[in-house]
Amino acid sequence: MKEHLDLLREMVRIRRFEERCAELYSSAQIRGFLHLYVGEEAVATGVMSELDPQDAVVSTYRDHGHALARGVPMDAVMAEMFGKVAGCSRGRGGSMHLFDASHRFFGGNAIVGGGLPVAAGLALAHVMRGEPRVVACFFGEGAAAEGEFHEVLNLAALWRLPVLFCCENNQYAMGTAFAKEHAAGDLALRASSYGLAAWSVDGMDVLAVKESARRATESIRAGSGPCLLELRTYRFRAHSMYDPERYRDKAEVARWRDLDPIDRLVAVMKPEFTDDELGALEAEVSVEIDHAVATADAADLEPVTDLTRFVTSEVIP
Amino acid sequence: MKTTYREALREAIRDAMQRDDRVFLMGEDVGSYGGCYAVSLGLLEEFGPERIRDTPLSESAFVGAGIGAALNGMRPIVEIMTVNFSLLALDQILNNAATLLHMSGGQFPVPLVIRMTTGAGRQLAAQHSHSLEGWYAHIPGLRVLAPATLEDARGMLWPALCDPDPVLIFEHNALYNLSGELADDAGPVDLTRAAVRRPGSDVTLITYGGSLAKTLTAADELAADGIDAEVIDLRTLRPLDADTFLESVRRTHRAVVVDEGWRTGSLSAEIAARIAEEALYELDAPVRRVCSAEVPIPYAKHLEEAALPQPASIAAAAREVVRGG
Repeated sequence: MKEHLDLLREMVRIRRFEERCAELYSSAQIRGFLHLYVGEEAVATGVMSELDPQDAVVSTYRDHGHALARGVPMDAVMAEMFGKVAGCSRGRGGSMHLFDASHRFFGGNAIVGGGLPVAAGLALAHVMRGEPRVVACFFGEGAAAEGEFHEVLNLAALWRLPVLFCCENNQYAMGTAFAKEHAAGDLALRASSYGLAAWSVDGMDVLAVKESARRATESIRAGSGPCLLELRTYRFRAHSMYDPERYRDKAEVARWRDLDPIDRLVAVMKPEFTDDELGALEAEVSVEIDHAVATADAADLEPVTDLTRFVTSEVIP
Repeated sequence: MKTTYREALREAIRDAMQRDDRVFLMGEDVGSYGGCYAVSLGLLEEFGPERIRDTPLSESAFVGAGIGAALNGMRPIVEIMTVNFSLLALDQILNNAATLLHMSGGQFPVPLVIRMTTGAGRQLAAQHSHSLEGWYAHIPGLRVLAPATLEDARGMLWPALCDPDPVLIFEHNALYNLSGELADDAGPVDLTRAAVRRPGSDVTLITYGGSLAKTLTAADELAADGIDAEVIDLRTLRPLDADTFLESVRRTHRAVVVDEGWRTGSLSAEIAARIAEEALYELDAPVRRVCSAEVPIPYAKHLEEAALPQPASIAAAAREVVRGG
């Protein structure tokens, strides 16, 4: 029950955080591109729950859920949305580029597929030092059409790199449906053809995600080489705040909303888990988000005189 | 000792591997084959396949893997066969290596060294012969080096590996067989300063990499004509040591920039602009540029030679600025 409650709390944190971000975007406190994770919470939550602090994470431009589930403090994530110096990237990255060295969170990469080679290299360093660590590398099914996906799966399998490839198949590469982009439909089969273990998972079921992540990370830590999970999921909201969603119909969205990962976990937890307890959890999350928004709002902007800091390192040994 | 540019590069890699066990070399055919230009010949036997790592033909994957390994505590040297192939990894070089430190608010430096061949002169045609280092010199966050001498071939790698940020080293393919004397104790060199390779008082010839030898030959021709040319080797293309060439131009009052890259939007344009911004009123003649013809570099020997800066064209440009044509 404790484990279920932790998973539920994480998914609710992400869901409510994202909803608040949408409001803040409408009120122009958040700008730029904003890609929300609503509907996909089970993926980040389930995978991260099986990682150790010394493991590493590589993320995408839809990275809020990954960062929060990895433990990046919500205050720092929200301050980043506000472009403040207290943000987890000092306001230089924004929504798409959350970074946190202390959580070995190697960033949201906004080049589709661009994080995969970096993940391979992080894992190579672990191998060369003999450290039994896992690199979790998130990307979407759109990235499976990029050359870097194929190059890196081959390289990772060839060198038996300890990478957990997490393909978040949310059915659309921006607005292009899976079937319009991929000639062969089975991503796990495609991945396994490179010589690594791969299977598909119900990405709307956090317990299934967690179980698959457990099996995969155990295998990777045991030295069996990389694994790929195809996590079948769906984003309930638009691709970004600019997306009028002309490419899908409301009935399809409604069908997927019936699979809401939060509702499904709550259903599993009932009747022991009561509505009052759910209300208390929501209230607790609401307080955390209010605090993050208030501190982000009050936080300082980085002085413009710091604009050129960190183009290159400040200390050269 | 007598050595070659190729051997000096190899000795620099060997020295770095011995000094620091975080250093490793990876790239296409660096191991069993000994390196496309034989730079790493013998290193596989000496250091083993973990540290002399042959890669698949996947430039983006292995350059990105170098970035990831660098982020995670290693000190990789990534070899790309030629600058034209580096375009397959441009995403990783620009969007990650050059960008992560700033975009992460200073959290993630990328201490990576990428070596690659550049330049023409071996009849390798238009997909193996270009000089794109000027493109890379455009990018904030990168350090771009062009060793043109045995000392720099031997001495630039270690300070590049000590730099916490990404460094690109461009080795001109015409230089690998350059031979000469190198001091037995030759070691790390200063990466921050351009070098005056030939002092002179009548005109400043500014160049780097594979064009240095041609420019020195031109300077000898000019000397026979009574023109005393100063030759400056930029060595580091980013960040540029403008002080050295500006100081020279203020003395000679004339400048010619020799760059094997194309003229339009080029490194030579950047240098000419710096001179115009900082020393225009010191000039007695307009700055001239000697660059490659704006064509894809052709295979046929006579066409390739015609496309590239040559001692004769460099000397002609220098005479023009000294004597008005």
